[in-house]
Amino acid sequence: MARIGVFVCHCGINIAGVVDVEKVVQEIAKYPDVVHAEHYKYMCSDPGQNLIVNAIKEKRLDGVVVAACSPNMHETTFRNACERAGLNRYRCEMANIREQSSWVHADEPEKATEKAIQLLQVSVEKVKLNAELKEAAVPVTRRCLVIGGGIAGIQAALDVADAGYEVILVEKSPSIGGHMAQLSETFPTLDCSQCILTPKMVAVARHPNIRLMTYAEVVDVKGFVGNFKVKIHQKARYVTSDCNICGKCEEVCPVIAPNEFDRNLSPRKAIYLPFPQAVPARYTIDTNHCLGLNPLVCGKCKEVCEPKAVDYDMQDEDVEVDVGAIIVATGYELFPKDKIGEYGYGVYPDVIDGLEFERLLSASGPTGGEIIRPSDGKVPKVVAFIQCTASRDPDSYMPYCSKICCMYTAKHAMLYKHHVHDGKAFVFYIDIRAGGKDYEEFVKRTMEEERITYIRGKVSKVFRRGDKMVVWGSDTLSGEFVELEADLVVLASAIVPLPDTKKVANLLKIPVDENSFLKEAHPKLRPVETLVQGVYICGAAHGPKDIPETVAQASGAASKAVGILSGKELYHEPTTAEVNIDACSGCRICVDLCPFGAISFNENTHTVEVNEILCEGCGTCVAACPTGALKLRNMTDKQIFNMIRAALSGGD
Amino acid sequence: MKIPYFPGCSLKSDAAHFEQSAIEFSKTLGVELVELPNWNCCGTVHSLTTDDIMHHLACVRNMVHAQELGKQLGTNKLITLCAMCYNTLAQVNELAKKKPDDLKTANEFIDDLPDYEGKVEVLHLLTFLNNYVSFEKIAKVVKGRLNGLKLAPYYGCLLVRPEHVKVDDRERPVLLSKLLGMVGAKCVEFPYAVECCGSYHTVNLKEAVIEKTYTIVNNARENGADAIVLSCPLCEFNLDKRQKDVKAVYPTFEPMPVFYFTELLALASGKKVNVNAHYVSPENVLRKYGL
Repeated sequence: MARIGVFVCHCGINIAGVVDVEKVVQEIAKYPDVVHAEHYKYMCSDPGQNLIVNAIKEKRLDGVVVAACSPNMHETTFRNACERAGLNRYRCEMANIREQSSWVHADEPEKATEKAIQLLQVSVEKVKLNAELKEAAVPVTRRCLVIGGGIAGIQAALDVADAGYEVILVEKSPSIGGHMAQLSETFPTLDCSQCILTPKMVAVARHPNIRLMTYAEVVDVKGFVGNFKVKIHQKARYVTSDCNICGKCEEVCPVIAPNEFDRNLSPRKAIYLPFPQAVPARYTIDTNHCLGLNPLVCGKCKEVCEPKAVDYDMQDEDVEVDVGAIIVATGYELFPKDKIGEYGYGVYPDVIDGLEFERLLSASGPTGGEIIRPSDGKVPKVVAFIQCTASRDPDSYMPYCSKICCMYTAKHAMLYKHHVHDGKAFVFYIDIRAGGKDYEEFVKRTMEEERITYIRGKVSKVFRRGDKMVVWGSDTLSGEFVELEADLVVLASAIVPLPDTKKVANLLKIPVDENSFLKEAHPKLRPVETLVQGVYICGAAHGPKDIPETVAQASGAASKAVGILSGKELYHEPTTAEVNIDACSGCRICVDLCPFGAISFNENTHTVEVNEILCEGCGTCVAACPTGALKLRNMTDKQIFNMIRAALSGGD
Repeated sequence: MKIPYFPGCSLKSDAAHFEQSAIEFSKTLGVELVELPNWNCCGTVHSLTTDDIMHHLACVRNMVHAQELGKQLGTNKLITLCAMCYNTLAQVNELAKKKPDDLKTANEFIDDLPDYEGKVEVLHLLTFLNNYVSFEKIAKVVKGRLNGLKLAPYYGCLLVRPEHVKVDDRERPVLLSKLLGMVGAKCVEFPYAVECCGSYHTVNLKEAVIEKTYTIVNNARENGADAIVLSCPLCEFNLDKRQKDVKAVYPTFEPMPVFYFTELLALASGKKVNVNAHYVSPENVLRKYGL
């Protein structure tokens, strides 16, 4: 015989205003095994909790049901109270009679009362068979991996390192800095992007807690929260850390390759430094363009290198590291213009995208900050800016708003006018989304003080007529067709995740959304967490966002990671799945189904195993197991049947 | 190879030279276009009202004929030439495949014919030549060459829209350039290739079509073309026959001949162009290139 106590909360008038709590208590007191029942105005308050504590002690209760709000709200509160009275916390359950009864049946109080009684009976049935469980503990490797060295990764790495934990920052390209290093000035303050970024880049390089691995990629991830085992592929850059970036190698290198950092608007050599402020300050040999290292074809760079930093024998290597938490900040790319038919599929050199225009504006860019158009090097006197290129177009392109284009287009138009005083700038827009601090003011300033013509309407087509680019659009305010002869067209192309994002997501078993952006655990309340514990996300890999938002999110992700790293051990809810290995047939259906990657197959025993730290107790595997070998602690089949029986008894 | 073929109204009247050249050229490839028995109007303009099944009946009837003829010939393909017929038949066919309930209703209504099973594949001749013959093979079979004839390939709307029945890229179609390039023509860059020809406004708003024709033809000339090549009888009417009206409004306008792509394929394989079927005589242009 169990001894169950039931505590019914009024929640002010939230519950008691509809549900007849007196009647609920009277009825539930008659239910088998219920030895105590009472109601109180605010059960979550201190006096309310004391009622529970005292009743447990006095009536020697071995199970408690609190009928109140959602367990998301106060389950922990009431379980803590039970623990104070010496009752195992998993012998306490909640019946949600607020969200599931009083709130939704406010106009039918009698039925709401009946339903509340039934919900209570169900919970009593559950708690009767609840086992006394203890939280699982696991040791933590106090080191963090950050994937991606843009502003998001940089900020996250610095925050975790400043908190006193080791960080391994992995960046795919030869330098950290990401897209922010490519930008000219930033909205709405027109801060020089590199000037505010480079101190952070240098801080990363100098930080004693940060191990920087550029020109490297994560290729394998095993393990689980607190105990990840990561394999990192370090590509050979053929230049050692003795490099003093004197640049002599670059002068003698005979190979010309497109400069990715300048969005291919300028050339670089096969041995190159992506940009002057690159971190690490070290040249790299791009073997895709180098005439050949094995066998050696040219060798000029080695001849001129005074510090003898060029090393043709360098090899790629795989490095294995243990980390406790992982932050993913793999960033974004712009929608490729060679996929946009109406704007010429990238065949017109004078149709460029926003990042290309940033390079033209940048003092360290291919033109030294002079705005000239790529086709003939002339200064463009008429520039058309096209917002929402490939964004907000679910039929053909991306369905979402890329969020930052309204702002950077306004900035582009403004900076263009600062460079070319007699130039004319036209901005085609659908509507202006300037929802940020000082953003609206910035756009207004562009429109009014800089005398930029904003035309509300989409551009249907861009094509060449002589040496002009003809832009066809509509002005939806006047209802007129617009034809504009421009010298340069700048596309505010959609922000899309890098193709590598999916690869990284697969390695980490974290979900991506329908547009391949990384998906957060909860869109509102868990925005930097993922469904995989210990893996956090930040930056534009999660969705289009500007620099301030990226930095804030990166700090959020860092603080979540620090939360994991700061404890010696991790605790985890014990209400997980367990396997009866005698019944397991080894079919492995559950292995693929588990959304958390918590189930693995043991080749020796030919049965599956559940990792208690990874399991979130969703029960998917239990439902799928054909032999009934899996069971969910405190949600067993027997409990479920009893609960269903209780739910169906009585009432109509 | 014998393939069922749906002509449509224009190909039996104004665009007879389109049909004739297509049939002749197909023969040189060993393809016989077999006209559907008892074909009726394609339905002309596809109804966008999805529950307006009545409007799709004409198409479904044609599909039944294609299905039955195809069974005899051992194929499920149906070739069309007119861009509008292609578009209407292909769209209704898609609908029939996607909405079995609506197809059932249509079948019940057509009680004098067997049921349409939804298995016919509607192909424009261009797609057929590309996917089932290959342009490379055509280049081998066709002996003559078009001697660098400078063409502006014009697609209009119905070959490339909407997405689910397009024969080529919506914004920058290349099939005509590729095909005619293979047989020695030189297709110019033509930004107006998918502009509207004015369509049926030609009936009640001639002025609009005159403007469209004026700009499209001029754009072809600006880009260096000596002739326009297309695949739609309505576009042909607007771009060719309406040039007379353009000339009346713009006296300095220089006319430009308009060809169906099959005429040029037939020409390349040694047939003659029926110059009398054209409003703007192509004789001068053909002479210029020694054709």
